[in-house]
Amino acid sequence: METLMSILVGILFAIGIYLILTKTLLRIILGTSILGHGVNLLIITMGGLKKGGPPLLGIKDLTYADSLPQALLLTAIVINFATTALLLVLSYRAYKVLGTDDTEQMRGTENE
Amino acid sequence: MNNLVILPIIIPVIAGMVMVIFRKRIIFHRYLSVCSIIAVGIVTLLLIFQIDQEGVQTLQLGGWEAPFGVSMVADMFAALLILTTCVVALCCLLYAFRSIGQERENFYFYPLFMFLITGVIGSFMTGDIFNLFVCFEVMLVSSYVLISLGGTGNQLRESIKYILVNIISSFLFLVAIAFLYAMTGTLNFAHLSIRVAEAGQDGLMTVVAILFLIVFSLKAGLFLFFWLPGSYSAPPTAIAAIFAALLTKVGIYAIIRVFTLVFYHEPEVTHLLIGILAGFTMILGAVGAVAYWDIKKIITYNVIVGVGFILAGAASLTAEGLTGSLYYLIHDMVVKALIFLLGGTVIHLTGTSRLKEFSGLIRLYPGLGWMFFIAALSLSGIPPFSGFLGKIFITEGTFEAGFIWLGIIGLLTSLMVLYSIMKIFMNGFWGTDTSEENEKRTTKGLLLPLGILTMLTITLGLGAEGIHHYVDLAVEGLINPGIYIEAVFGTRPVH
Repeated sequence: METLMSILVGILFAIGIYLILTKTLLRIILGTSILGHGVNLLIITMGGLKKGGPPLLGIKDLTYADSLPQALLLTAIVINFATTALLLVLSYRAYKVLGTDDTEQMRGTENE
Repeated sequence: MNNLVILPIIIPVIAGMVMVIFRKRIIFHRYLSVCSIIAVGIVTLLLIFQIDQEGVQTLQLGGWEAPFGVSMVADMFAALLILTTCVVALCCLLYAFRSIGQERENFYFYPLFMFLITGVIGSFMTGDIFNLFVCFEVMLVSSYVLISLGGTGNQLRESIKYILVNIISSFLFLVAIAFLYAMTGTLNFAHLSIRVAEAGQDGLMTVVAILFLIVFSLKAGLFLFFWLPGSYSAPPTAIAAIFAALLTKVGIYAIIRVFTLVFYHEPEVTHLLIGILAGFTMILGAVGAVAYWDIKKIITYNVIVGVGFILAGAASLTAEGLTGSLYYLIHDMVVKALIFLLGGTVIHLTGTSRLKEFSGLIRLYPGLGWMFFIAALSLSGIPPFSGFLGKIFITEGTFEAGFIWLGIIGLLTSLMVLYSIMKIFMNGFWGTDTSEENEKRTTKGLLLPLGILTMLTITLGLGAEGIHHYVDLAVEGLINPGIYIEAVFGTRPVH
């Protein structure tokens, strides 16, 4: 199971990095989002994917899933949400002010 | 257990949140921000005396024993950096009062500043690697907003690049944490140190260590500094100064902490790599500083040289090298803030950052000119000022560790730094006044924070003996991880 997850994480990373290296701003943001999914999956995979009950004490089970990676994941997800929202608004604003979404044209050579 | 440890983080958070509620009361914002920074400074001073008397102070949050809860650890290394942070933040705030403008003040400038300080202090004090990530994010999200606050075209362009780079480095940080958790099963620094020492730092562990090095290098501008010159020249002076003084230093702190506490078993791989990266950073930074004829560019490349130099000392992993790094780190925080504020003042007075467009400033602004001269000498490490001692110790440390090439690069780049900064002084301040409008603009209120920082760099140089005891204590903690581990766990046996 971990092997399959690792391959999936690898694919997500590859797609994310490919998108980040493209020109359009929106594709770059989508790339970071996909990369973020890959990272979150990696955290949950690295905690171990053994069989066990959900980490709720109300459910009587012999073993439970490791709850620490789930807590880390939850924190990482909300931080990722916040930064993605900020980045989306900022690129909307940049599109309004600069009039382009092409990163090639955002070089800022006029100041050098 | 000591509740004083949490206060430096709590005070700015609460101050920031109170300010958000009273949005329109700018005068209240100013008073509250200055008062809370001073309060943090006083608490940190108390902490420093306690650490001196009783050893490293810790606080287990929520009363959970060490590896299970989040521990806050204030050792001398962190406490000294927090104290310097307070002084620098205070001076940047005083400068911001005069220069930042009402538009930005109305849109939460002071609360964001407080949250930035919270993130920085939290990163210095945390004893848990995931908590370090969270504190990094607190700091970075505040810096994202501060860098784009105002919304001019240049700021928007640069902040998008800055945010992208930092988002990717945050993802890499999470990846590194995930791998480390899979291998050791813990997140607490002290516990990690024990587990890594027990299991031995094998090849896989070294790979994770290098992943951490890449992450922190992106934050610190160690070799991976391509984002730094653009980002640091976009925001207004007071913000750029606080960035230059604090943000890269947090990355440097993380590198020193992780590679002296956790991954210190394979220095011939990891520390050699840090040394090589530091060498390249110094060379490339110095080349950049020499190449440009633009004040902003010259001083941002000087930030990069400083990063390389501090980590050259850390790479040697000797007591001398680390002493030098610590002296230089404190000096660098003060003097980088000073040089950014001075550069910003010059740009404010002349209306341009191009060196060839003005000269003869010293006739109109002698105080500013001589302060710039002192800052320039201090930056390149001329003896009576604060940069000298750090440079001496770092060079000694690198020679002792056998990195003679690294020491030589450090000394040569010091010359180039001196040349680059004297270029500003000689072209900008000497000569005849060629600008069209000769009227004297006011520097009222701007000179006070500059004066404080200048006095501080002189005092740190002349009175280095005074803080020597504390620096020694900090270095002892870095050389011997046992002190840190014992402070976190007490005498309980932990595996």
